[in-house]
Amino acid sequence: MQNKKRESKNSLSRKFRLSEFLAENTIKLVSFTSFAIIILIFVFVFREATPIFFHTEKKAVSQEFSKSESYGDESAQSSKDNYSSFSSGSEDAASFKNLTQKEWQPVSENPKYGLLPLFIGSLKATILAILFGAPLAILAAIFSALFASKRLKEIIKPAIELLASFPSVVIGFFALMTIATFFQSVFGLTYRLNAFTGGVAMAFAIIPIIYTVTEDALTAVPKYFSEASLALGATKWQTALFVIMPAATPGIFAALLLGFGRAFGETMILLMATGNAPLSSFNIFEPVRTMSATIGAEMAEVVVGDTHYTVLFFIGALLFVITFIINAIAEFYVRAKLMKRFRGE
Amino acid sequence: MMNNKLLGKSIVIISALAALIIISALVYILLDIYIGGKNYLTWEFLTSNPKEGMTAGGIFPAIVGTVLLVLIMSIACVPIGTITAIYLSEYASKTSIFTKMIRFAVNTLSGVPAIVFGLFGLGFFIQFIGAGMDKAMYSDGRLHWGQPNLLWASLTMAFLTVPVVIVSVEEALRTVPDELRAGGLALGATKWQTIRKIVVPNSLSGIMTGAILAIGRGAGEVAPILFTGVAYFLPQLPHKLTDQFMNLGYHIYVMATQSTDVEATKGIQYATAFILLILTFSLSFVAIIIRYRFRKKIKA
Repeated sequence: MQNKKRESKNSLSRKFRLSEFLAENTIKLVSFTSFAIIILIFVFVFREATPIFFHTEKKAVSQEFSKSESYGDESAQSSKDNYSSFSSGSEDAASFKNLTQKEWQPVSENPKYGLLPLFIGSLKATILAILFGAPLAILAAIFSALFASKRLKEIIKPAIELLASFPSVVIGFFALMTIATFFQSVFGLTYRLNAFTGGVAMAFAIIPIIYTVTEDALTAVPKYFSEASLALGATKWQTALFVIMPAATPGIFAALLLGFGRAFGETMILLMATGNAPLSSFNIFEPVRTMSATIGAEMAEVVVGDTHYTVLFFIGALLFVITFIINAIAEFYVRAKLMKRFRGE
Repeated sequence: MMNNKLLGKSIVIISALAALIIISALVYILLDIYIGGKNYLTWEFLTSNPKEGMTAGGIFPAIVGTVLLVLIMSIACVPIGTITAIYLSEYASKTSIFTKMIRFAVNTLSGVPAIVFGLFGLGFFIQFIGAGMDKAMYSDGRLHWGQPNLLWASLTMAFLTVPVVIVSVEEALRTVPDELRAGGLALGATKWQTIRKIVVPNSLSGIMTGAILAIGRGAGEVAPILFTGVAYFLPQLPHKLTDQFMNLGYHIYVMATQSTDVEATKGIQYATAFILLILTFSLSFVAIIIRYRFRKKIKA
């Protein structure tokens, strides 16, 4: 009798188990997609960039004439550079030696693929964006997490979340039309579009992410931290400044890193608002050309497979690796530290 | 003591000021773009083609292109994102390597720059799959799939927006109380039945939010489609997957930076930017509202 019972139970569950098995494994298989995408991105961006590592590259068949990407005053400098280089094309292959040059002139007689000015450009714009955006975002997060009334908080939070929905092309457009004109008239700048304008515009793009992560970090500080502090007689702002803030520092650091990563990879704002001249100077009022904007501006005009194409993919691979490392640090190191601190280890 | 009080007050005021600056900047951008384009914002502008070398007429094809792009994109990214979220919230064990791999991938994916997705679309979809399909299916040596088109651009965009869906849906699934799951299981339903009949229906609003956020993101991004399918001007609307398409964001970019007479089309540019802004803005507004209501419901 007991045997029979077990049998019927078995057969019952087995009938269901097939569909269960199918469902679970289909779901598992589909969810593998995101991992597959990462691998595919890695493989295919690097695949197109690999010819750099073996410079057997034949000389590019058609070198389209420099169609200036930059517009207005800003193009003067770069096109002058293009005409002045006329030495023989012995170093056409994108060897590492070529990549470490100090100039970026991909469409001249003797193409130069120096990544340095582009890297400096990216760094310059990103740091400016952090300098403008981070203080505003962190202060706003402090206000809405620690001081604001519930009603006020319910306005600030969604409003800044809405700012995140601004397409970067619209922010770039706003920078190009309004911010650039404003700064030029205020500071009397020679170049309307420059790193400064781009940096300020990009601050709008990173404020939401820095704000959100900082706010999360501040609200994640356990209640007993502030209760203990208040019980000891500290005021509300003393608690905020000397208890909650220090406890949330790793989170704020993570917010900054994420903002940095976001800004470093941002394309459209910089493409539209920085003037796009590949100069390696540290003057923040001169135009810059960033790594991301270079890809965006030049990829449409290169011949598939030639050196220029390969170098652009190499820049993409670099961007991928750099943002990957920054995000990984933010994700693993900082979060782990934050958790540890709250558990009091 | 007095000094302390002053310091305390000033911290509150400075931080409040920062929040105020951000919000007024947001309002200012909106107003500035609205005022710049308000003379062009007519029904005709939305429903007619560009005329006279883009210096007049409307943006109808750009709107159609954007809508087609996000439609095909969501067909790809919403199911994948939802199913991944179901796995992460219902099946995954926290400690398994597979789960860690997926989580790692989702986190990484949301940090990859948009332009790298564009390169990936070019290298993978166009140069690898598209060119491969041309070689396998056609013998005329011409390009059919191995060139930028609507399908490749949409799929590239889908890859970019998958993490948006995953994060949003997973959050919704996690807010479904465990009592409901236990109730389903206790009545004899299997795990899959419980998920299908109880967990998913209870988090439909989360799935909606995810889809809306993804669509908003996809409508606004330009970098991923720059070299995977967008075109500056097309005489006719796209009618098959291998056609190129126009796009609102790209339209703004090209008109503002590469047209021969930027001044003459300024109004059109502002109006286009306003339309795009309103589109993404209202989408994410709806998403925020749904999410807010949902959270309230869960709390109650």
